Amino acid sequence: MSQVAERTAQPAQTGDGGSFDGLRLRSLTKQFAAFTAVDSLDLDVPSGSFFALLGPSGCGKTTTLRMVAGLETPTSGSMHLGDRDITWDKPYRRPVNTVFQNYALFPHLDIFENVAFGLRRRRGKDVEKQVGDMLELVELDSQARKKPAQLSGGQQQRVALARALINRPEVLLLDEPLGALDLKLRRSMQIEIKRIQTEVGLTFVHVTHDQEEAMTMADTIAVMNAGVIEQMGAPGDLYENPRTTFVANFLGQSNLIEGTLKGRDGDQVVVDMQGTLATVPASRAHVDVVDNNPVWLGIRPEKVLLGESGDAIDAPGNSIPGGVVTDVSFVGVSTQYLVRMPWGQELQVFEQNTGRRRLFRQGEPVEVSWRPEYAFLLDHSQDASAGVEDDAS
Amino acid sequence: MRWLQRNAVLLGGLLVIVYMFVPIFVVVLMSFNKPRSKLIYRFDGFTLQNWLHPCQSPSMCSAVGRSIEIGLLATIVATVLGTLMAFALVRHQFRGRTVSNVLIFLPMASPEIVMGSSLLALFVAGGFGGRLGFWTILIAHIMFCLSFVVVTVRARLAGLDTNLEQAAMDLYATEAQTFWRVTFPLVFPGILGAALLSFSLSFDDFIITNLNAGNTTTFPMYVWGVAQRGVPMQVNVVGTVMFVISVAIVVGAELNRRRQERALA
Repeated sequence: MSQVAERTAQPAQTGDGGSFDGLRLRSLTKQFAAFTAVDSLDLDVPSGSFFALLGPSGCGKTTTLRMVAGLETPTSGSMHLGDRDITWDKPYRRPVNTVFQNYALFPHLDIFENVAFGLRRRRGKDVEKQVGDMLELVELDSQARKKPAQLSGGQQQRVALARALINRPEVLLLDEPLGALDLKLRRSMQIEIKRIQTEVGLTFVHVTHDQEEAMTMADTIAVMNAGVIEQMGAPGDLYENPRTTFVANFLGQSNLIEGTLKGRDGDQVVVDMQGTLATVPASRAHVDVVDNNPVWLGIRPEKVLLGESGDAIDAPGNSIPGGVVTDVSFVGVSTQYLVRMPWGQELQVFEQNTGRRRLFRQGEPVEVSWRPEYAFLLDHSQDASAGVEDDAS
Repeated sequence: MRWLQRNAVLLGGLLVIVYMFVPIFVVVLMSFNKPRSKLIYRFDGFTLQNWLHPCQSPSMCSAVGRSIEIGLLATIVATVLGTLMAFALVRHQFRGRTVSNVLIFLPMASPEIVMGSSLLALFVAGGFGGRLGFWTILIAHIMFCLSFVVVTVRARLAGLDTNLEQAAMDLYATEAQTFWRVTFPLVFPGILGAALLSFSLSFDDFIITNLNAGNTTTFPMYVWGVAQRGVPMQVNVVGTVMFVISVAIVVGAELNRRRQERALA
């Protein structure tokens, strides 16, 4: 079995009554009138991990987060922190804190009092010192007496983080925390938050629609779509071996080629791909291997190699002749081609600009090939365009 | 000529300001007047007598006292009730919320004379015809102040991010702590504004008050009553004091705002 399969199997293994000390959601459901935002969600977030809930807007990720925070009441299901049932606890009774999307800093209090808010409510000791230390951690110790409106977006973001972190919650929830920042600041905050998480060692649950952000920061990602989790695993596993068309398209980009199963050859599955036979490792075939079943064969654009027509391509593996380059865009680190295949489909091909290979021109005949271990097979009943981002960003 | 062309707008603006402030200037001036005759309203000479003895006409001072008393009571009751109503209208989903929102506007929109006379009809029909006075005035004032309070506080409350309250609850504040630590301080400027507005509306009101006052006299009614027999100059003293207090509040608020803004810069 692959890594991914093992990881997703975890919830079943730790089952009920186990001594799991993280956050555990069981058949968590939230309905708004006729709309089901979260549909019988099972999720285990191990203690101390940086966990990302990734999905497009409206997939239910924020609703899930708000239920964990206690700001939304579940329709059914349960939530546990370790052995403690927090399903019906008031927000102020849970050892959970949130970094809100728009920060929600108290405008009438200064930075110090914003950060001290949680400690004061719980009559904590050494408020002065703890707040000072926390402001130092987020490098805002010189701003303690300013009001939130006097700070920049990035600074406000750090205050929001400090205000939640200072309570040392068992779970820290981050709701699109970087959404309002510009790209450059977002990059440095991603590294910053990751650094802080490693430093304090708390469980972070991060909700985002930005797949790059999720992959940069999280050690486990759960991809959510339409109220359910499509796939869960380490960023690399999810990217290299997606199990659904949604994950294949939402996390990066994929070429999905229609094919027909032609049985097994050892631990390889053979696929008739528009007249060419291709092989895929059985561990990457997320379909029932039944002869003549239709499937989607998926391959990431950067895994596809281009070669001159009739050339022997250096990658041993699946090779298909008869392509024509229809579009070339040079983007600096790589060149992105569109190649029209004999059956009419245009494949995306990204070639790294190493300088060793020449650029192909529009209209040139080419062959495409890839190593079999990079391809994956997906269920044909799934929508091939699921999870494709409209703005292609 | 060219100078005139360039500064025409400025001159026009100055003229309008002069036009607006002439009546106030007259009130202030007249508060220092030493009149020769009660019947001729003219500046005859400077004196401080009006300021040193404001209560020369005892009925005027008792009318002012009554107006302040009614104003304060009406303000307190209308502000408390109106704030609660505003919270209900903004924060709670209930059947008839839209209708309530429209109904709140009606007292503000209907002419005072209509409101005053219907209130009078109501009081008389209810058997209070012979007992018109302090309490009927107070009831009427609370009623018309209420709409203004609701509208003012509602606007402030609607602009308040509910995330702030959720953030407070998330940070271990109970419902009561959330209200007193976050919601109330943030809505307070709206409540204060509503209270000031209520007081000035109540202190100022003549039409509705006059219809429902019976034998009781408030300050506006007193001025109206003596206008035919010669206004004592002390009326101008009261007018000037009220004006100075309002200006002080406005200037104070503006200075406070600038101070905060400078802190932000």
